[in-house]
Amino acid sequence: MNGSFVISQSDKRPIYLQIMEQIKRRIAVGDWTEGQPIPSIRQLAVDLHVSVITVKRAYLELERESVIVTQQGKGSRVAPNPGLGTRLQEQELQKYLEQAMRLASLLGIQPQELESRLREAGDNVAAKELI
Amino acid sequence: MTDLAVSLSGVGKKYPFFTLDNIHLQVPQGQIMGLIGPNGAGKSTTIRILMGLVHQDHGEVRVLGHRMPAEQVAAKWNIGFASEDMRLYESKTLEWHMNFIRSIYPQWDVTYAQRLLKRFGLKAEQKIKGLSHGQRVKATLLLVLARRPRLLVLDEPTTGLDPVARREILRELTDVMTDEGRSVLFSSHNTQDVEQISDQITFIDRGRIIDSMDKEVYLDRWRRLRLEAPSGIEVPALPGIIDVQQDGRLAVATANAFAPDLANAYEGTGVRVQCIETMTLEEIFVANVEHSREGVGA
Repeated sequence: MNGSFVISQSDKRPIYLQIMEQIKRRIAVGDWTEGQPIPSIRQLAVDLHVSVITVKRAYLELERESVIVTQQGKGSRVAPNPGLGTRLQEQELQKYLEQAMRLASLLGIQPQELESRLREAGDNVAAKELI
Repeated sequence: MTDLAVSLSGVGKKYPFFTLDNIHLQVPQGQIMGLIGPNGAGKSTTIRILMGLVHQDHGEVRVLGHRMPAEQVAAKWNIGFASEDMRLYESKTLEWHMNFIRSIYPQWDVTYAQRLLKRFGLKAEQKIKGLSHGQRVKATLLLVLARRPRLLVLDEPTTGLDPVARREILRELTDVMTDEGRSVLFSSHNTQDVEQISDQITFIDRGRIIDSMDKEVYLDRWRRLRLEAPSGIEVPALPGIIDVQQDGRLAVATANAFAPDLANAYEGTGVRVQCIETMTLEEIFVANVEHSREGVGA
């Protein structure tokens, strides 16, 4: 049932971070909805063939970020938090923007130039989507 | 309090050319412990001692509450052990072996055994002498798994297997964890396997345990810091750093006790922190062995 969770071995990030990201993606695209129960730690560990402790770590961090809530004896669910999916997408956008800024500063590109490059990129994406 | 499936304290064994020294090791029930270390580090000796196959010179060994080696007969009803040097009868079929084990262990699970046959792609009517290395390993594991023992002790279960077979074995080992009352201890050279499926990690080198702890805590303590120093300045090894490699202004520091304030401490010395990277267990393995050998004065 969790067949599309795939842990990448060429992804050098720790496995718990990969699990967190894949859960956030499910919420962002709306596959997992607000308040919906999610697999228990042990069940997800068995399904993904990773250790219980790793899934536990991912769930604890997701709880800290208020993405999921865990109730003793009742298991975990997606936080009943309106707009959570959108917020997660916002976070992802922010991450890419910051990364772009870092690369730009390495290349000595000024913010104004980056802005026009971003518009150009927008035109490229729009052109492709028309095809 | 968690029950311990395995507990070794102050265990030692002296051989003419090798000494296993003061081993402390605990496997909590319901968890998978991965034992890693270079060749000849003492992994197999440790496993043989906890199975009662080799008797320790000193120290206490308890497995599923039984003292070893004294109570090994009682303990072994609930332990499934597999190692590379285990022999099956060449002229008998796998089915003959299955019936043999079933006649000894009443808890043998017929349905599970059939499912494992299918999953491992084995044929019960085939004779052992016709099996490849990988098929033998899988046959041995089937015979152990289908008993549903409370503790699985596996010495190098994935060595010499193709990627598909390795994946099948890891899958079966993690499946065992559906039941919180069961535990696994396995040794491996494959750090990727250990990183993926173990809850606890124990590092052995030259007959001594270097580290033994929760895997997530362990991985989290290690980081690689990429640093940029002002020209002519040598990057210092701050507390928590075990190695610094520098040429010119750029340096790479390896931390085995990382904390976020380490980056601030470097910034305080005028060294700029370019980025902080996590490390895979493979990278940690190499850094740790090199570091521990320097310390011993090898």
